[in-house]
Amino acid sequence: MSDALAVVALTLVGVAGTAVAWTFDPARQAVLSSVFGVLLAVLFTVLQAPDVALSQIGVGAALVPLMVVLTVRRIRRGPR
Amino acid sequence: MSGRARLVVFVLGAAGLAVAFVFALGGMPPFGGSEHPYRDLAVAAALRHVTPNVVSSVNFDQRALDTLGEETILLGSVIGAAALLRLVGHEKERPERAGGRLPDAIGLGCYLLLPVTLLIGLDVVAHGHLTPGGGFQGGVVLATGLHLLYLAGRYRSLERLRPLAWYEFGEGASATAFVGVGLAGLAAGGSFLANVLPLGSFRELLSAGTVPVLNIVVGCAVATGAVVLLAQFLEQAIRITGGAGPGSSG
Repeated sequence: MSDALAVVALTLVGVAGTAVAWTFDPARQAVLSSVFGVLLAVLFTVLQAPDVALSQIGVGAALVPLMVVLTVRRIRRGPR
Repeated sequence: MSGRARLVVFVLGAAGLAVAFVFALGGMPPFGGSEHPYRDLAVAAALRHVTPNVVSSVNFDQRALDTLGEETILLGSVIGAAALLRLVGHEKERPERAGGRLPDAIGLGCYLLLPVTLLIGLDVVAHGHLTPGGGFQGGVVLATGLHLLYLAGRYRSLERLRPLAWYEFGEGASATAFVGVGLAGLAAGGSFLANVLPLGSFRELLSAGTVPVLNIVVGCAVATGAVVLLAQFLEQAIRITGGAGPGSSG
């Protein structure tokens, strides 16, 4: 049962990771990488690593995408 | 580098990785097996120090020195980001614009979630030695939770709740406190970061010796560090104009 769950979670992580890599607009990429971060947290939970899953949700799903979005916004606004 | 050279570098690197990967897979124990020599040692050591969350025991007791290293990395990256994103050249702060209107539901949701998130963050930090979580996870929850105010469209109120100088001080002070706990262990227990406080009894809030203390110290360091880090990015994205943009080389 838990093996099947792990396979499903791992597959979802693979699909989401590929989607992030194949997205070329950085703003979209940030949002997708947030989804990827949540899926990775699910995988860690299935593999009985809740501590890592918690860090992953905080950093991978919230902190890093927010920094990327803010950076993209600043760069797009240009030197005005 | 030309496209051809890039391809050669990639093929060499990929081939090396593939060989190393196959060898690594060959030497790995089977998935889900029952033989874990490191687990047997770590769990026994955690139980000796009355720490039910073995991961916290590894992070803040058995390998606390590694965590000090990670703390220093965080401190270094915060200082680096603050130095790189400071006001330079033609950049100047502009007054905040009124900002776009948000649907009321989003604002209300953010205000309702703010206290809940902060409470969860404190809970995760305080119970790090008992349940999954700890200073790092709780600190990130606290720091990102605070930014719900920005999502609610109130950058001004975020700035008021976030006197940056205090957070900068907190980041430095908690990094120092970590070293202080380590030196106290050296003085009282004979080794740096030795667990010298009374261990208490299982599942008590005050147990596991220095583990909850270091959890709180790291929680402060990560929360203040992440707030200072995000503040640099927010300032650049919202308040600062002028300076070098795309296309100009300066």
